[in-house]
Amino acid sequence: MEKTYYDPKDLKKFGDIADFEPELAQKFFDYYGSVFEEGELSAREKALIALAVAHTVQCPYCIDAYTEASLEKGANEAQMMEAVHVACAIRGGASLVHGVQMMNKAKKLGM
Amino acid sequence: MKVTSLASRGHALKDPREQLRILNEETPVLATLPRFGQMLGQSGLYPLKPTGIDIFQMNLGYLCNMTCKHCHVDAGPDRKELMTRENLEHCIRAIEEIDAHTVDLTGGAPEMHPDFQWFVERISKPGRTIIVRSNLTILVTNPKYRAFPEFFKKQGLQVTCSLPFYNKFTTDKQRGEGTYDRSVEALLDLNRIGYGQPGTGLELNLVYNPAGAFLPADQASLEADFKANLQRKHGIVFNNLFTITNLPISRYLEFLLMSGNLDEYMQKLVNAYNPAAAAGVMCRNTISVAWNGILYDCDFNQMLEIPVASAGSRHIRDFDADTLNQREIVINQHCFGCTAGAGSSCGGATT
Ligand code: SF4
Ligand code: SF4
Repeated sequence: MEKTYYDPKDLKKFGDIADFEPELAQKFFDYYGSVFEEGELSAREKALIALAVAHTVQCPYCIDAYTEASLEKGANEAQMMEAVHVACAIRGGASLVHGVQMMNKAKKLGM
Repeated sequence: MKVTSLASRGHALKDPREQLRILNEETPVLATLPRFGQMLGQSGLYPLKPTGIDIFQMNLGYLCNMTCKHCHVDAGPDRKELMTRENLEHCIRAIEEIDAHTVDLTGGAPEMHPDFQWFVERISKPGRTIIVRSNLTILVTNPKYRAFPEFFKKQGLQVTCSLPFYNKFTTDKQRGEGTYDRSVEALLDLNRIGYGQPGTGLELNLVYNPAGAFLPADQASLEADFKANLQRKHGIVFNNLFTITNLPISRYLEFLLMSGNLDEYMQKLVNAYNPAAAAGVMCRNTISVAWNGILYDCDFNQMLEIPVASAGSRHIRDFDADTLNQREIVINQHCFGCTAGAGSSCGGATT
């Protein structure tokens, strides 16, 4: 089997997904481009959000891409790590808050 | 890791020819990248010609109290090169002859030149902008240098200082332990006597350059960010933020090589080539004088020891504006640093 999982070089080939289906790819990339334009949120804030989400979906391509993008948009390392902690807190909290459901059920079943 | 100058380490990169060789052919990627002249040609700018001499930039010497990791000058406390009195006199003549509108004093730490104050007093006059490029930490180094801000004020100098970020981590990483705290102290001193304050006319500018192998952020947006954060954290005010791209030479080139970033960084610069930035490169309206009197198209070419092409006016003693204005600017692969994205010069973005 080829070693094809997560080659950093594949990130540069992202655009090639259009080879198999150009129309949807075009729509996606246009949309993607608009999403990251400076709007009510600055380009820097959007890069930091993307970085946090990248850690939630655990996509190594996105982590590489948005680490660089965050730096190039003028974020610093501490801000970036804080963003990762935000992802982590929501992620952990999402598990933990379901503990209430567990408690509800346990209380119902218990004596 | 303690940083020392390439010169004191006898490092191979202290030879500018070796730096240019690396940039041009060290790896297959570098050898096959488009040449800068080729790109200029496509933009109708080759050969690159000056538009005049608006900025008379002088490098007073490579002596510095710091040894920043990215320094393109390879400056440091061990560097002894300082402009001679004779060359300073030649500069004064040239400045008067062209009635230079802007004189830009850099180094090293220009304040450490023993003739700094004498020289400024000689050239200062109403209507002439004199810029001192200060690393800030020198201004809180000892009582002698602590008195400099008052001298700057008295002479109406424009103070342009390096501050890579509004936090300690990034700043100290690039410029050495303790730099951030001392820079804040110096900025507060400058603010206290009026620098950066509205209505005083005492201009205080900051220079941002990336602490790593990436391009600078958008200048206006980063300026807003710097202003908000420096105000909130320390009550510091300033006028403009200039974003500068790191050029792949000297100690920054060493960093790129050691960290395995050189190929990608050069590709990034080339991909970001912007014809509008190319038309606005600073060598077109600047002349750079080295400590030893040799004339260069810019401070970067000075560090690469590639002097101006005009053989008849290659030393400050033979300064001749007409000859210089006819010259062809000497370019090489490092120039891609000036034309990437929004462009980069000593005055920040160029587009
Ligand atoms: S970057 Fe400036 S302050 Fe730092 S070593 Fe070089 S000349 Fe000195
Ligand atoms: S490095 Fe110097 S010569 Fe080259 S484009 Fe920049 S300013 Fe001009």
